[in-house]
Amino acid sequence: MDAVEESTLTIVDPVLLAFADEVGASGPVAVAGGRTRWDVGGSLDPEARVLSAPSGVVAHQPSEMTVQVRAGTTVAELDAELAAHGQRTALPDRGGTVGGAVAVGENPVDVLARGRLRDAVLQVRYVSAEGELVTGGGPVVKNVTGYNLPKLMTGSLGTLGVLAEFVLRTNPVPPASRWLSAEGVDPTLVFGAVHRPAAVLWDGLTTWVQLEGHGVDIDADAVALGRLSSFTEVAGPPAMPDHRWSLTPAEALDLPAHVDGDVVVALGVGLAWASQPQPPRPVTPEVAAVSARMKENFDPTGRLNPGRSVFA
Amino acid sequence: MGLLRRHRRPQPKIDPLVADLCGVLSDDRVRVDGAERALMARDASVFRGGVAGPTCFPTSTAEVQAIMRVAELHGAAVVPRGAGTGLAGGAIPLGAPIVVSTGRMNRILDVDLVNRVAWVEPGVINLDLSRHLQPMGFHFAPDPSSQAVCTLGGNVANNSGGPHCLAYGVTDAHIAAIEVVLIDGSVIMLGGLEAEPVGYDLRGAFVGGEGTLGIATRIAVRLTPNPPAVRTLLLSFDTVRAAAETVSAVIAAGIVPAALEVMDQRITVAVENFVGAGYPTDAAAVLLAEVEGSPAGADIDAERLETIGRANGATRVRRAESEEESALLWKGRKTAFGAIAQLAPDYYLHDTVVPRAALADVLEQVYEIAERHDVVVMNVFHAGDGNLHPLLLFDARIPGTLDRVHAAGAEILRASLAAGGVLSGEHGIGVEKQRFMGELFTDADLDHQNRLRRAFDPVCRANPGKVLPTGHSCADIQALRAVPTGVWG
Repeated sequence: MDAVEESTLTIVDPVLLAFADEVGASGPVAVAGGRTRWDVGGSLDPEARVLSAPSGVVAHQPSEMTVQVRAGTTVAELDAELAAHGQRTALPDRGGTVGGAVAVGENPVDVLARGRLRDAVLQVRYVSAEGELVTGGGPVVKNVTGYNLPKLMTGSLGTLGVLAEFVLRTNPVPPASRWLSAEGVDPTLVFGAVHRPAAVLWDGLTTWVQLEGHGVDIDADAVALGRLSSFTEVAGPPAMPDHRWSLTPAEALDLPAHVDGDVVVALGVGLAWASQPQPPRPVTPEVAAVSARMKENFDPTGRLNPGRSVFA
Repeated sequence: MGLLRRHRRPQPKIDPLVADLCGVLSDDRVRVDGAERALMARDASVFRGGVAGPTCFPTSTAEVQAIMRVAELHGAAVVPRGAGTGLAGGAIPLGAPIVVSTGRMNRILDVDLVNRVAWVEPGVINLDLSRHLQPMGFHFAPDPSSQAVCTLGGNVANNSGGPHCLAYGVTDAHIAAIEVVLIDGSVIMLGGLEAEPVGYDLRGAFVGGEGTLGIATRIAVRLTPNPPAVRTLLLSFDTVRAAAETVSAVIAAGIVPAALEVMDQRITVAVENFVGAGYPTDAAAVLLAEVEGSPAGADIDAERLETIGRANGATRVRRAESEEESALLWKGRKTAFGAIAQLAPDYYLHDTVVPRAALADVLEQVYEIAERHDVVVMNVFHAGDGNLHPLLLFDARIPGTLDRVHAAGAEILRASLAAGGVLSGEHGIGVEKQRFMGELFTDADLDHQNRLRRAFDPVCRANPGKVLPTGHSCADIQALRAVPTGVWG
């Protein structure tokens, strides 16, 4: 961990200023993290300069439930730092960087327990299309000071600013965690049987449940699940098919019956993984118009991550 | 009939804007009388100087759309308004705009248990929704102190918080989708019920926009399951510092209670006089803590919280033995602001956030600042979030008092910023804290906030003059305060 004692909005890290200089104020530019989701949003314009964001966990403050981390840090490195202090955050680890995870904005499988990735981003620092370092949000867990740039930047694929650093909300790792599995049980009944499962997955036949919390509670939950069916302990979630779908929870329930090939659905969330890709999701002209103005306002010359679009 | 009508509304005095509004709403839902305008000129903040134009009471999205089109025709600004309980002046109309009250759009439209959302109109009252959901085993998690009065549209506009936001997060974590009428009259659905709606997070950008981005007309709020067990504890301390340090110690130990609220002695005494909940009036501070979950786990957390409290100087720990006792303890906390009426005719309720580790130090500064400005201060706050709520008591009839209150308030803000905090945890910026935005953010930061704003409202007619300081905002606040010519002077 770098020796940075304070993390207030007024202290600007020279590493980030150097990165802003590197991004500069002209010419097409993009950032590569772990390239684990490199195809999301379309193909990068070959003219673009490809940069790497600075890395490092700047400050982890367990009693504040916050961590300040540079975008180029791998999620694995962040997870290791947090785990050493009994904490975690809402970023999925698929081998990439923190910046990549925030830029893409996908939730973890156990979103019911960890929360949504968007809700974890408390503060964002990015380099603007004009080459300036911009800060949005704040470094504390509760903040309604001004417009919500962290929410706007999360999932924006780096098309509104070059993501450089975040303050993320952390949470304690629960004392115990177990995965249970059963065949033939109605997965919707699981929510009635236990208070707050961390994840409920279903492939149309088999249900997997992740229970988290105090050992005594999850033991009681396991007993309650046993009344529904004969659940057995398993090591973890099943292998997920390649293509990720985003649906309403109600639509996701219908998916196994309507899509050929393998499907795994996350109940109560609306995420699904299937062996075939999700058809393009249309947007209304009104959403397209506001989004186009957003892009135009933040990147008037179209230099940020050219070729990629949040609608692709 | 025609003659009578002309008598009641003499043609020369009818403002063309009002005439057009009456063309899209029934006459009784366009109010221009002095009493209504005086009411609409204020919110629950101490800020004055608002001037309301005609007030409209639409009952549907189509009517809000029609109002926006009339506003466009006349180049008029539009200010949305919920219950008017905002404390930062966000709903105060500047420059006699059209005020759009969402109070009559107050239906719970649908409770969708499969998708775990309820569709509501913006005028639905926060507590009414949770009461409606209670028999189904759910509630709406954000619970501002004003929840018996405030509306969900107002909660969305202000990204409101409350005691239970420590574990659950503020309003924006609980909004899945919002139907919004933009200033140009177009209707847009932001977000959606999908796990990860496609495109930019316009829903996330809209929540907390303080009415400057458009008017919400339908909201899909997420439902939170009611916890099977709740344990409420009241811990007494000899110093405010010990209470604040207990809060940090609890979080550091890996417990995230549903709520951690601190009240100092002055407010505890006032509350006890009011509700008689058995609050200790001799303690320098009390910590109201709530843990929840399954019964066994909630007991473990309550036990640990009590141990940590005692290790940090708690002199007494009282655990509520029944739901009634728990409700009474919470009644004390929730009615704290009302209890102040015993002590002073006016109060200024401040709202800043500091890192938890800085709570005790900043609180000491708050007491020192208040004493120096000869203002009585009380503290009742969401300690778990580091969200301070110093209450500055005063009597506005005494000349010069309000100036001292504002001076003390500004110093408290600066002390919070110096500790690494932010300007607001749950009340927002409105007209109250605009001038301090430049002390937290750079010009580039504010410019980017304005870019977000202008993507929704390029013409700057939605609640102009709010949030961003002069020079960054869509319109100059000084110009807005100069009332336009016509009948609205």
